[in-house]
Order: sequence, then structure tokens, then C-alpha cells
Amino acid sequence: MAVTRQDVLHIAELARLGVDNARADELTKELSAILAHMEVLSQIDTAGVPTTPGVGAEGTPLRPDVGERPVMERTLESFAPAMRDGFFIVPRLATHEDPAESGA
Amino acid sequence: MSRERYEMVVGLEVHVQLKTRTKAFCGCSTDFGAPPNVNTCPVCLALPGALPVLNERAVELATRAALGLGCRVNPVSVFARKNYFYPDLPKGYQISQFDQPLATGGSVVIGKNEKGGDVQIGITRLHMEEDAGKSIHDRYPGATAIDLNRAGVPLIEIVSEPDIRTSAGAGAYLRTLKQILQYLDVSDVSMEEGSLRVDANISVRPPGQATLGTKTEVKNMNSFSAVERALEAEFERQCALLDSGGKVEQQTLLWDGARETVRPSRTKEGSHDYRYFPEPDLRPLIVDEKWISDARKHLPELPEARKQRLAQEFGISHVEVEQLTATPALSDYFEAVARASGDGKSAYNWVMGEVLAALRPSGGDIAHFRVRPADLAELLNLVRDGTISHTAGKRVFGQMVETGKQAAQVAADEGLLQVGDEGAIATWVDEVLSEHPEEATRYLAGEKKLQGVLVGFVMKKSKGRADPKRVNQLLSTRGG
Amino acid sequence: MIRASFQRAREIGAGADGLNIFLHSDESASLEEADAMKRHLESAPDAGVLAGVPVAIKDNIASLGLPTTCASRILAGYVSPFEATAITRLRANGALIVAKTNMDEFAMGSSTENSAYGPTRNPHDVRCVPGGSSGGSAAAVAAGITPIALGSETGGSVRQPAAFCGVVGVKPTYGRVSRYGLVAFASSLDQIGVLGRTVEDAALGLETIAGFDKLDSTSSDAKVPIYRLSALGGPAPETRSPDTEAIRLGRSPVPLAPSPGATTLRGVIIGKPKEYFPDSLDASTKDLCERAFDRFRSLGATIRNISLPRSPLAIPVYYILAPAEASSNLARFDGVRYGLRVDPGKGLKAMYEATRSQGFGPEVTRRVLLGTYVLSAGYYDAYYKKAQAVRTLITDDFRSVFASGVHAIFTPTTPTPAFQVGAISDPYEMYLNDIFTVTANLAGVPAMSVPIGRVRRLPVGGQIITAHFDEFTMFRVAYALEAALGAEAHQ
Repeated sequence: MAVTRQDVLHIAELARLGVDNARADELTKELSAILAHMEVLSQIDTAGVPTTPGVGAEGTPLRPDVGERPVMERTLESFAPAMRDGFFIVPRLATHEDPAESGA
Repeated sequence: MSRERYEMVVGLEVHVQLKTRTKAFCGCSTDFGAPPNVNTCPVCLALPGALPVLNERAVELATRAALGLGCRVNPVSVFARKNYFYPDLPKGYQISQFDQPLATGGSVVIGKNEKGGDVQIGITRLHMEEDAGKSIHDRYPGATAIDLNRAGVPLIEIVSEPDIRTSAGAGAYLRTLKQILQYLDVSDVSMEEGSLRVDANISVRPPGQATLGTKTEVKNMNSFSAVERALEAEFERQCALLDSGGKVEQQTLLWDGARETVRPSRTKEGSHDYRYFPEPDLRPLIVDEKWISDARKHLPELPEARKQRLAQEFGISHVEVEQLTATPALSDYFEAVARASGDGKSAYNWVMGEVLAALRPSGGDIAHFRVRPADLAELLNLVRDGTISHTAGKRVFGQMVETGKQAAQVAADEGLLQVGDEGAIATWVDEVLSEHPEEATRYLAGEKKLQGVLVGFVMKKSKGRADPKRVNQLLSTRGG
Repeated sequence: MIRASFQRAREIGAGADGLNIFLHSDESASLEEADAMKRHLESAPDAGVLAGVPVAIKDNIASLGLPTTCASRILAGYVSPFEATAITRLRANGALIVAKTNMDEFAMGSSTENSAYGPTRNPHDVRCVPGGSSGGSAAAVAAGITPIALGSETGGSVRQPAAFCGVVGVKPTYGRVSRYGLVAFASSLDQIGVLGRTVEDAALGLETIAGFDKLDSTSSDAKVPIYRLSALGGPAPETRSPDTEAIRLGRSPVPLAPSPGATTLRGVIIGKPKEYFPDSLDASTKDLCERAFDRFRSLGATIRNISLPRSPLAIPVYYILAPAEASSNLARFDGVRYGLRVDPGKGLKAMYEATRSQGFGPEVTRRVLLGTYVLSAGYYDAYYKKAQAVRTLITDDFRSVFASGVHAIFTPTTPTPAFQVGAISDPYEMYLNDIFTVTANLAGVPAMSVPIGRVRRLPVGGQIITAHFDEFTMFRVAYALEAALGAEAHQ
């Protein structure tokens, strides 16, 4: 299944990767070539095969509802690109979307 | 009228914060109101290398909610990643559940129909997920402030079947759901505080048509009445569109409370590709059958059951019991008073009357009310067996609220103990009859309606301490 | 020991102007730590089984003090406020972390050429790559800078560089070692692995870091044996005794292994899977593997021809599943809370795109796009779900082989020895370097590479694979082979 340039631009947007036009053409070729190798899988009969549950079939471990002091040897300010009054600061969305809009 | 030509079909998605002490996947506190980003750690900050570990109590409360809503709890459920970019979603994905949720297939009864049968709203599924942080857009110009204290708080999402047919029904569903969840003690369920949020899906169709129309999603409603008004507005909009020969487009709309309209969201459709896949950092959630049946056995009493029981046990009416069970704390208080005093009617009157009136100015919580149920019951008993009059009782109550003293103590201190002593009453009656000869003569001649006036005089003379029943009795016998 | 370590690092040129093994190190801090440990040892002689041993750590494992960049621009200068459990355990046993090593960016690569900080050179031949993605760690051990290093595996990233650099490299069973603090690439495949000069070093390293961690929901609570005891031959001791505990804690020496003889591997059945010995296999590599099989026979093992029929599907399966999980795991690198932020002043979306396009290198970009694509609407069933099912089939191949009585599987680690820097530019051709290693990652079984000889001076590695949580047998076979080959392993 060949990947189109439209596909690449669409998934680049989903992945917030900002791919420019020149790179888009290269990537379209690269991804198509890679995906061509995956076609062999479509010929394998996997009817009734469960997806791997991972090593060990017990359920996920549960932890008690107590607060253990989280280990943070440095403050947020030491690695945050932009903070003010304790908040992380980011540029406003260009269209001022709120989570109701962006699919939250 | 739109309502004659079209039927409204509504399903509601409700997100509820579970009242655990710590977050869903890390030990950070869920306390409300902390300074920004204080309740964070590598896990909920999504630092490189951090991993989630599931909170046992979140599973407990989610299971309890599912059982209380009549759902089937699936022994195996799977967490999944819902991938999208937003600054208050630190990992770039939300840990949620997708095609194998914790629970499916429940229902709630929201009222009765014209034939007297139950109006039941089905619940499609209930699943667990984590909350995102908060984005504050108007604090700093040109920027958005992010607070991740809320990121990772455990939520349940409750999805109803599209069984709701009116906006009032939507309100009833939400109120019923909220009450059930309060009684189950799984959440604070406060829309004002954000522990309960609602999104609606609505479509219209001609009555009698089996297939559903195209639905739209309505968001951004921050009260139950806003939900009702938003549904009405969107219903009208869809009907008008169809009437003019148009088609309803599938889209997301936002409720604008200030303008009382819905407006389209500005996000492109097709950008909502969440690319769900099973969460590889967590194994499936296994809830064994024994655990589920134990949880079912120990489920707190649900509102309907409590209403019926209280009505039966204490002989109070349907309307009264509705009022008393508005919150579990109120009904607990009432029940304790009624039980201790053995008088449901009286308990109802005092709780709905004096107690609520006393709480109103301070906005206090009845669970922490200074006058404990046993104390109020004591007061009720004093009034009932005539030790103090009803009027005096109210004064005593006021004192009890202010000083925290017990009823008998206050009554004695204030000298309010009613006098039922025959001799004392006879003396007062005689004194009143002689002090008010005109009324006395007319009463003794047969003007029964003057009895009240004379009783009033006796009460005044005795400074309210005379037992009015006795006074009436004595006067009656004097009157012949 | 620390002084000698840095001395050697200087000699060999571990810095950016030399072999480019180290990304970050702080010699004075390390020397101070070493002095503090020496003083501590004077008063309390028991400081752990790794007391004073210098260890190098791959730069995608969170450390305090030294930065953790994953060899990416997007984490340039980032110093983690918390430490990986594996590092905590090393330090609890007295180890001293001397450096963070170079790697392929976010562990995506097989040559360490995808680093934002330049490639690392192979100490055996500086024109060649050290392998990847744990190339820096493998080179550190190969160059004699540290006896032990930590790397990470998702598709062979410890074993392949170990083979290229002539050292021992171990990938434990999935869930054997905590992933808390390992920057996630593909969560259902990732494991921290150990590189060592000898099998003994690697066994000791794994013993120290393995075991249940409540901070990692996928970690196993299976008991951790004393792997070093496998040198004595025979199965793992059933119970822990005070003697074995003393050995584990370094308070008592490991009993000396007997010299290898005709009975060292008696009763052990070693499988030779035909899919890993194709006709196209490099002839010299094949010869060296045959020599290894001869040694196994001389030690009393039985060689059995077996088949792992779905192995040829492993690369397509891996290159669907790993990028898919990676595309999700790397979404957190968005310039909001840490790391690089590039803000063109056109709002949030532009900030995300500029940060990520400038912060990620070409291979990472390629894989994130590939991963996003195979998860996207309309393609999930055909690609991701399909690959998961085939993964189960690959795992089943291993299960049936081990259930049939085979104790260990032996294969070449890589199809060829180390290639030259810049020699491979086609992405898929680069992926084929992992052709013999990825099956073990997909199945979650433990696997390790041991040096088995040289081809034109370049090291060649042989791979030993055993059943889930049977590292003990894996080490047993490795010890025996190492002893039987002796100096020939490096000739």
C-alpha cells in the first residue's frame, strides 16, 4: 500500500512534526518503501490468534491509595522552558481552542 | 411546533472524579486548591522514564459506581492510550479504556411515565480514565498557563444509551445519577467544582422512525439547567434545519451560556484521530468474581431503596421523603433523629424547618452540624411529653445551636420547663378570669371562640411556661 | 579504579574529538565520590558487591547529576530530577557512575550514527561503527574504560553492539529489570541490558539490577538467582542459603568454576535454528559459529537442528510495533514542561511543530511518522493488530522449541561484522542488522551475545537464547563457551 504525499502531510500534522514540502516528498518515498516490506504480513493467517498479553498473565499490580513523597531532586523551574507564578506557560493556541474543541 | 414533527433523541456522557486521596497512576495528592503544580511528580509530569501504577481505591470506587448503576462489571478490562496533543495533557496521550471497558449495560430510573411505569435510561458503559490538567487562557496576555495538579486524577466516564427524549429528562437523568453517586460515596459530584462534567449527543427524527438522525455533540455546559437549555436550543436548530430542507452535519458545538446559543467548535473534523491502542505500560485490569460479589454485598443503600424504607418505617409522605433524601447526609441525620425520638413526623418538621434554617446562613454541612441527632431527639421528646411547649422548644433549639448545650440543660437554665401542675395552672386561670372579667363572662356564657384569647392571657401570665393543653382542658371544664 | 578509568578514557579518546564514547562525565565529581567511598570502606568494609566499580550508563537512562539527553537535541542539557531504579540498585551496591554514553537518538538505530552529537567509533577499528543503539556503552567496555556498562534493548541494541565491539551483551527477559527511568521507546519491548568485559561481569551486573520494582507495572516478581553460580555448571540452586546470600552480596567469593571439560554441558540440548543460518550468511561468521558448535559438542552438549519458522517475519512485525509505540511515547517531547522549546511566535501549534521538527533527527522523525501512520484510522487493523498477532506466532515458535526439550538456542548475533561509518544509508537495509536479534525482543525471551572470534580483526558475536526467566541456563552456556574458546574468542 503506497503512502501518498497527502497522507504524509496529514500524519505529520497528527504527530505535530512540521514537515516542510521538500522533506514531505522524500518521506513519502521512504515510508512507501518501508511499508512495502510489511506487505508480507497480510498473507499470514492469523485467524483466532490472540494478541500477545506480554510475559506473565497476571493482572496489573495495584498500589494502595497513599501518598508517598515523590522523589524530585530538582525543582520544576530547573528544567521548565517557561514558568510564571508556578504555572507552565505556553503560547496561546492561534484559534484559542479549549479542550472542548480539541477533542478532550 | 417542533415537538410535534420531531422527536429529540439524547445520550449523555458524564465524567466523574473519584474521591481518592491520590491520583490514578501516582501517589500525588488529589487535594483541591493547592498552588499550581505542587501536586506533581515524574509520573504525572510525564518526565522521560516515568511509568504509571494503578490506584487500588480508584478501582474500588469505579466498581462500586458500576454496581450501583446496575452495570455488569467485566472481570478483565484493558487500558488504552487516547493520543492527542494538548498542553494540559502531559504525556500527549490520556490513559483511558477503549474496547474493553470496566463495565457495561446498566440503567437508572428517572421518573414515572403517564401510565405509571418507570422511565428507564440505559447505561451503555462505564470506564476508568485519568483527568487532564487545567489550561488557563486569560491570566497572561498571549499565553496559556498550565496547572498539572489535576492531571492524573482518576475519573469514570459514564455513557448513557440515547434513551433520553426531553431536555427535562436529561435534567432528571443528571440529578438521579448525581444522587446515586453521592449515596455510593464515590465522588463529590459537583459541577461547580468540576468533579462532574457533562457532554451531550443529540439528534432528531420524525416520531415513530426507528433509525436515528445524524447526531451532533454539545459541550461546555456547566450546570444541569444549562444542559437542558442547550439541548432545547440545539433541538430547535436541528428541526429548523430539516424543515428548511437542509441536512444535519455531524459536528461539535459549544454552548454559549451568555448568548444562550450553540456555536460550532473551530476544530477541523478529521483531526480527532485518537489512534487508540492497548496501554503497554499496564497489564489488563483483573477484578475477580469474589471481589465483585463482595462489593455488591457491601454496596451502600441506594436512594430509591432508602426513600421507600424511610417512608415505610417512619410514616412520612412521598413528597417529604424526597426532600429528606436530597443528600445522604441529610437523610442520615433525619433517620437518626427519627429513630432516637420515635417520631418521624416531628423529626421531619424540625429537620426541614429549624435545622435547615439554622444551617442556611453559614452554608454549613449537616454532617458537622453542632446539634447532633441524639440531642435534637432529646428536645423533640421534651416537647412531645409536654415538659416544654413547642414555642419554648424553638427557643431552646436556638440556644442549643449557639451554645452547644443539651436540651434539658438549656430548658432548665432558661426556666422554660413547662408547668403541668394542676394547682399552678388553676391559679393562673383564676387570676386571668378575674383580671379580664368581660371576656371571662362572655366565655363562661358560651362564647367558645374566646377560649384562645384566654389561653393566650394565661400563657403570658405564666411567661410561656404553662402547658397550653392543660390550660385548654381546665378552661373547657370551667366553661362547662 | 575511578582514576584508572578516566585515565584510560583519556588515552583512548573517549571524548567528542576522539571516539565520542562519552556524552557527559564529570571527572572531579566522580573522583570525589570515589574518595568518599574509600573513606566509607575504611569504616564499613561491606559497601556492596560492586564497591568502587566504575560503570558507564547509556544516555537514555535517567541519572541524577549527569544529564540524560537520549543523544537528542530535544533533551539537550536536560538533567533528570529522579534516577532510574537500575541505577539506584547499582549505586546501592557501591558502583560509581562515571559517564553517560553516546547512542542512536532515542535508541532508534543500529550504528550510533543517528546521534545528534556525532557517531561513536569502534575501538577495534575507528573507521567502523560500534553498532547501536548502545554503541557508546559497548565501546566503553571494549576500550577498557569500565568493566560494566548499562545499555538498553528494544530490537537488539545491546547484543548487536556487543557483537561489533567484542564484548558480552545481555538482554534480560522482558520484565526482569525495571524500566522505571528508562526513557521509553517501545514499552512492550524495552529492557535495560548489561554489557561486560566477561560473562562474569555481565552476570554480576544483571544480578544487581534485576528484580521486582513497584514503580514498574510490567516488572516481574520472579526470584533473581545468583547468575554467577551458573559458571559451576548444573541447574540453578533451588533455595537461597546463607552461603549463596553471602556470594550475592559480595561478602564471599564465587566458588571457582572448574575448567571446561567433556561433561560441563552434559545433558544440555542446544538448538541450531535453520532460519538463522541462511545460505547468504557471511562465510566467516558461519565458520566461527560452527567452531562454537564444535566446542559445545566437546563440552558434552547435544546439538539439535530446529526451526523457528516465523522468524523471517520479525523485521516487518518489529518495524510496525516499535514505531507505533514510539510515536506515542515521544509525544511528551513537546517543549511544554522540559527540554528544547522553539517558539516562532505563531501560537501553540507552531511551537509544537518547530520544537519537534528541530529537536528530532531524521530517523526519529521517520519512525514517529511510520508509527503514527500504522495506528491511524483505517490502518490499525491491517498493520498494528496484524503485527501483534504475528508477534504471538513468533513467540509460540520459541515456546514450542523450549517445550520440546531444547535448553538453549545458538545463532550468530549479526549477519556481518561492524560496517564502516556512512556505509549504509538505506533505512531498511540498516534495519536488517537486527534480523537475528529482534525475535528475542518480540518474544520477550532472554538473549545474550558473547565474542566468538574475529573476521579481518573485527569482532564477531554468537547469540545464546533461552526460555523466559531462564537466564541461569543462558549464562551457564555462555560461561562454558567463553572458557572453552579462551583467547580464540578475540582472535
